[in-house]
This record gives sequence, structure tokens and C-alpha cells, in this order.
Amino acid sequence: MSNEDIKIVDIPSEKFEFVNSGDKIHDTKFETKPIGYFKDALIRFCKNKASVAAFIIIIFIVLFALIVPITTPKSKATVMDTYYKKNGPRNVVLKESLGIMGGAKNLEQNERALILEIAKGVGAEFNENTDTITIGEAMNSYYQPVTKYSYGGENSLGVNSKAFYNVKIDTYLSVGFEYIAIEQSKYREIIEWEKETGLKVIYPLVAENEYCIDSTEANYWYKTTSKGVPVSTTKGKDTRLEFSEDLVLEDNYLRDNDGNLVYYRYSGGGDANTAMYQVRVLYYNYYRYMYGFEPNYFLGTDSQGYDLAYRMATGIRLSLILAVVVSAINLVLGAIIGAVEGYYGGLTDLIIERIKDVLSGVPFIILATLFQLHLAKQVGPLLSLIFAFVVTGWLGTSARVRTQFYRFKNQEYVMAARTLGAKDSRIMWKHIFPNTLGTLITSSVLVIPGVISSESMLSYLGIATLGDAKTTSLGTLLSEASKLWTDHPHLMIAPAVVLSLLMICFNLFGNGLRDAFNPTLRGSEE
Amino acid sequence: MWKYVLKRILLMLVTFFIICTICFVLIRILPRELPTDKVKQEQILARWTALGYFEPLPIQFWIYLKNIFTKWDFGTSWYIEYNKPVTEVLGKRLLPTVLVNFYSLIVSIPLGIALGIFAAIKKNKWQDHVISIVVMLFVSIPSYIYAFLVQYFIFFKLRLIDTPTLYSIADVGFDPSEANAWQAYFTPMMFKSMIMPIISLSFGEIAGLCRFTRAELTETLTQDYMLLARTKGLTKGQATRRHALKNAMVPILPMIISSFIGILGGSMIIESIFSIPGVGGLYIQSIQLFDYDVFMLDTIFYVLIGLLAGIVVDISYGFIDPRIRMGER
Repeated sequence: MSNEDIKIVDIPSEKFEFVNSGDKIHDTKFETKPIGYFKDALIRFCKNKASVAAFIIIIFIVLFALIVPITTPKSKATVMDTYYKKNGPRNVVLKESLGIMGGAKNLEQNERALILEIAKGVGAEFNENTDTITIGEAMNSYYQPVTKYSYGGENSLGVNSKAFYNVKIDTYLSVGFEYIAIEQSKYREIIEWEKETGLKVIYPLVAENEYCIDSTEANYWYKTTSKGVPVSTTKGKDTRLEFSEDLVLEDNYLRDNDGNLVYYRYSGGGDANTAMYQVRVLYYNYYRYMYGFEPNYFLGTDSQGYDLAYRMATGIRLSLILAVVVSAINLVLGAIIGAVEGYYGGLTDLIIERIKDVLSGVPFIILATLFQLHLAKQVGPLLSLIFAFVVTGWLGTSARVRTQFYRFKNQEYVMAARTLGAKDSRIMWKHIFPNTLGTLITSSVLVIPGVISSESMLSYLGIATLGDAKTTSLGTLLSEASKLWTDHPHLMIAPAVVLSLLMICFNLFGNGLRDAFNPTLRGSEE
Repeated sequence: MWKYVLKRILLMLVTFFIICTICFVLIRILPRELPTDKVKQEQILARWTALGYFEPLPIQFWIYLKNIFTKWDFGTSWYIEYNKPVTEVLGKRLLPTVLVNFYSLIVSIPLGIALGIFAAIKKNKWQDHVISIVVMLFVSIPSYIYAFLVQYFIFFKLRLIDTPTLYSIADVGFDPSEANAWQAYFTPMMFKSMIMPIISLSFGEIAGLCRFTRAELTETLTQDYMLLARTKGLTKGQATRRHALKNAMVPILPMIISSFIGILGGSMIIESIFSIPGVGGLYIQSIQLFDYDVFMLDTIFYVLIGLLAGIVVDISYGFIDPRIRMGER
């Protein structure tokens, strides 16, 4: 060491020369691109896998809410069919190919009820020129409601133990036949439509005799005893028929004096266009005639008979729009009020703080109720709900902005700006406000799940009723389902899952944003 | 300290008074309807005249306050229970609400804190991740959705309990009109039917408490004094118990205290799902039946509970941790 030191000292001064004395020295450019605050936040957000996944799921739900109303034809969106209400998911293609989504429902039925169910399929295959088919053959019918049945054992609840079957039925086909009253002109239209498409809508009427147990129920087209057990009268006397694959039901159709089948009954009215006919239709095909499509609902139908997928899409849209609007208004209001409070301080601050004390003391549910009671008639339930959210929603945002303003307003750079002659508004919005942006964005994202859950809670409790023929909200759907869901679980499952997903994902997304915008957490994860 | 407490209480009373005045005005100006029954009409009209319903609003408010302070009279219920003082109507519904929420707190506080401590000690191990995910689920999903799940599995699937909702007083074998009807809520049969709402309420409470405890404890576990404690020879368990846990409890305890005040309010949605005859159910009923005196009392009640919970949290910090001096700048 010491030897080297001496060597350096020994260098004569003339041997020194200036390094690059001739050329100019520039700062070299950064080789990497500069990373700003937001880009840094984005990078850190992308590292948080759960938040990214949550964000993607949110996008999917939003896409669902946007695409479903576009792809649903207008004719289908407005269909409210009371025969097909509360039915499960159904898609003909999937039902035929994979055996799923068949509007299925599992039941336990006794022999009589099972025969009635299968007979709907037998009746639908009716043809004037051929004999009635057996039950086994009818199982392959397109209109057969029973997709599967198996012997379930003896049920000993009553006095006599009775055999029962585990039956899986298609709830859409299970409607079977219905009596309806139509004008003569419409009757002719249907006949035309039948010829065009080859589908059969109108079926012969049933005779009202001792073999018909209920003349209003169109599904008893076969001869039964007064208790609904199928009978045969071919051998001159009534013999009860037992359930088997080869069972042939004996029809009980109405025939005129010449032995021809009767398809309509004149039930009043004047001329050719207004005369009313009572006819017996296969409802499934009548539905196709009326609306022009088969009943395919991939989430089923809701409690009133609307397409549940469409209702859910509009519900999600309403909930999301409500949440985003509320969050945006809160952001703007909170930022302005918080900025004024924090910047001017003193008396202004004191007065606004007292007002905030009072407002924060009012429980939200009471606020929402009072707004609904007072304003719902004048401006509608949705607007009054937004008002209720806005009245107290800005409190949190303004508190955050206020603390940030207190932190930054006395810093040197602000003083410098003021010395240079910047106006108050310029200092507030150009110099101090950008410091609060990170927390503001985070808090306004975290407001969204809160608004969605409050909205659904209020509509569930019936305080705010947002549902009508055109729009609905997730909470309204759940509230409608809450009375029926034990029998029709699909009504509850889809809205509940989507609502839960929305809540979880927005919370995860918001937490991810919060961590990303918080520079103090930087590097702590690695 | 005491000066601060007094100041806070006075401020709270002023806030309380202002909110009540606003609510009173807003509720009084709502349109009212009389029942079609002639006898009832006369009775109600007579009472309304006595309460000054046809006077200007300030006089109405003066009469309302005077009645409260002199006779403890908050008005009369006409539709929920005919011609009964509203204080009685509300008082009767306080017990079921408090009981259900109290049971749920007893279950959820130890569980929530224990899970939180466990997660904090096992930080970033698989146990912590599992707990965090479950907690995230239960904090996010609205309580009524898992109330339905609880109802579905316990009642419809497993048939562990033979009623989907709470038993009524008559079901348990008491006469609702008699004075000892409140005892019905302490019978084992009633307790059994309370299990489902208790579970539904507990999920959210446990999850919230667990998350909070974990956050607080992980923060204290990384403090310098923990390192000191370990350096001077304490085992990890000793150090956690004596130093970290005590400090972590400072913010947790006020939270627990405030949830004990919150049990008075209960949860409207759980009460309506399990048809608990409680305060929350009364609130919904009073709006649906336009029983505005009951609505007003319920409003006052909820406002008071909210304000009390807030103030107790703030004040209790000072009592729990002497290092925190309240009201100092």
C-alpha cells in the first residue's frame, strides 16, 4: 500500500494532462424510459395476480351485461309468458346432444301422475291416420316432458303404501296442452302456419263424459276413472290399465255424429273475424307460433316469465351504472369540498366539519328511506336512491382530500408557486390536488361494491323498488327469488353468484389499486 | 381527559338533537291516511289533535319534546299494534334482537380473534393464505346470501332444525299477551331456532374481526420492541403474548365495544329473512304500514346507537391505552 502511495506522489506535474479538454460534456440520455407515478402503480398492480384476475372477471361481467341485451332479439326480451315462468335453464341443442340444460326438474311422482306426464308426449305425437303409440315409443318424442324415470320404491306416508317414481321432467314441455280461446281469423292463421312449418299446434278437443275427470285440464285426453287412473273400454267394460312400457292409452277425443274428430268449439261472437273458437293447443308449439322461436333460455325464466339472462344483464347494468355514477359524483363533490376545507382551513374548515358531523350521524338506511318516501313519486326511485347515496357519500372522500391538503399546503414548492404569483385555484388544483389522486382513485373504486351491496339490500328489503317491466336490479331479482327459491333454485343461484362475484372482485381490485398507489409499500413484497 | 369526554358528549348531544329535528320535520310532512273504520278514525283524529298535528311544525315539535320529557310519550302506534305507546312496541322487540346478536358476538369474538392471531403468526404460509381467502369471501359476499345458504343446508337439506325461521312466542308455549312472554326467548326450543340467524350473523363478524386482528398483529410483530424482547431471551410465544398481543389489542378492543353497542340495532336483513320480531323488522314494518310514530322512534333509536358507538370508540382509546392522550393537538 505505502509503496503505491509514494509512486503517485512522485509523478511530476508536467505529466498531467486534461482528460477530454477539447470536447463538450453532455448529460447522457437515460437508457431506460422514465417511470412516472401512474406507470409505476400499473407495474405494481400487474404483479398482484389476484387483483388482475378480479379485474378480468369484472370485465367479463360487464361484457355479459352489454352483450346479452344486444344479442337478445327485441321480441324475446319483452316476452313475458306466464305458462313458462320460474322455469329452469333450457337450450334445445344442448338438451338433444349432451342431455344438459333441459329445463329439468326432479320430482317424485306416483304412477298416475307419471302416466299423465308421459301421456303429454303420447298426445303430442297424435296422428289421425295412425294408431296411438305406446308409452315406450312416446319416450322418444320431441315433445316428451319426461326425460328420465326410474322406480323409486314404496312410499308409505298414506294409509296404503304406493309405488313412486323418480322422474326428471322438462318443465317447458310439462305444460303440455292448454285450452285457449281465439278468433276465427287467428285459427285460420294457425292452420296456415301449421302447413308452412309442418308443426302441429291444434289438437282435437276432448269429450266431456264420464271418462273425463276435469274438463278444464287439457292434458287428460285419455280415458280415466273418476280418480284419474287410465282405463280401457274396448272389452265392453272398464278395465284399469297398469303402468308398463307397452301401455297403450285409449283416447277420449270428441267426435261429431259422423265419427270425425272435432278441433274447435264455437263459443260466441258474430262474423268471420270476431267469432270465438275454443281450441286445444300443444303449448310448446303454440309458443313457437306466437313468438317465432323455441323456448331457449340459458339461465331460465324469472318469477314473472321474463328471460332471466336478459333481466340479469339489465340488472347488472343498472347496478353498475348506479355505482359508477354515485362514485363519480362523490369523487367530484368530495374533492371540491375537501380541497376548500383543507386549503383555507380556519372557520371554513370548522363549519364544514360540523356539517359533516351531523351528516355522518344519520344512518344510511334512514336517509335512503326518507329520500324514497319523499322523492320517489316526483323523480323516481332510482334518482332518489342516487341522491341518498350522494348526500353522505362524499364525506369519506373529502376527509381524505382534506388531510392531503393539510400535508402539502405549507410545503416549500407551494410557497414558491405563491411567490411567483399563482392564484389560489391554480395552487389548489395544479400543485396540491395531484398528490391526492392515488388515494382518490382507490377510494372511488372501493365505493362501488359498497353501493352495489347497499342497493341490493335496499331493494331486497323493499325500501327502494327499482324493478319494473323494463329494468330491474340484482337486489330486486334476489328479493323476488327469496320467496320461491326452495322450489326454483335457479332463480336465486344466478343473481346471487353474480352479485357475490361483483362484490369480491371489486374489493380485490380496489385493494390491489390501494397497494399499487401506495409508494411506501414499494419493494416490501419482494 | 374528562374535559375531552365531556366535550365529546356535549357535541354528540347537539348533533343528535339536530338530526332528530330534521328527521322529525321530514317524517311529519309525509302524507298521512286515516283508516276507513269510523271509530278508529275518531280516535286517531282526537289523538292527532292532542299531539298538535294540525298546528305549524315548530309547535308540533315543541309538543313532541314536551311529551317526551314530561310523560316519556313518543307517540302512538296505530297499525302495527292498535293504540299502543310506541315505546312499548319498540321495547318488546328489543329483546329478540339483542339476544340473537349477543349470542352471535359471543361466538364470533373469540373465534375471530383466534383465527386472526393464528393467521398473523403463520404469515405468508399456506394457513394464512387459506384464512385470508375465506375471510375475503365472507367480508365481500352480502350477509343475506349466506343466510340463504345456511337456511338451505341446515333446514332444507340436513333437516337439523325443524323450522326455517324463528318460532313465535305462541309456538314455544307462552301467551304473547301475558307479562311473562319475554321468558319465551330464553327457552331451549327458541334457542334452537335462533341458531341459523346466529350462524349467519357470525360469519361476517368473524371474518371482519379476523382480518382486523391479523392486520394489527402483523404490524406489531415487526416492531423493534419485538426484536428487543427476543434479544433479551423471551421465546417467540412469550414475546407475542406479552408484547405484541397487548399492543395489537389497543385498536381491537374499541371495535369490540362498539359492536356490543351495535347489537341493539341488529341486522334488518337477517331479521327479515328469519322473521325475527326485532327492531329491524319493526323498522321495515313501520314504513310499509305508514306507522310514522313508530318510524320516528326507530329512527331516533338508530341515530342514537350510531352516535354512541362512534363516541365510545373514540373515548375508549384513551382509557385502554394511557399513552394516547385524547383531545390534544
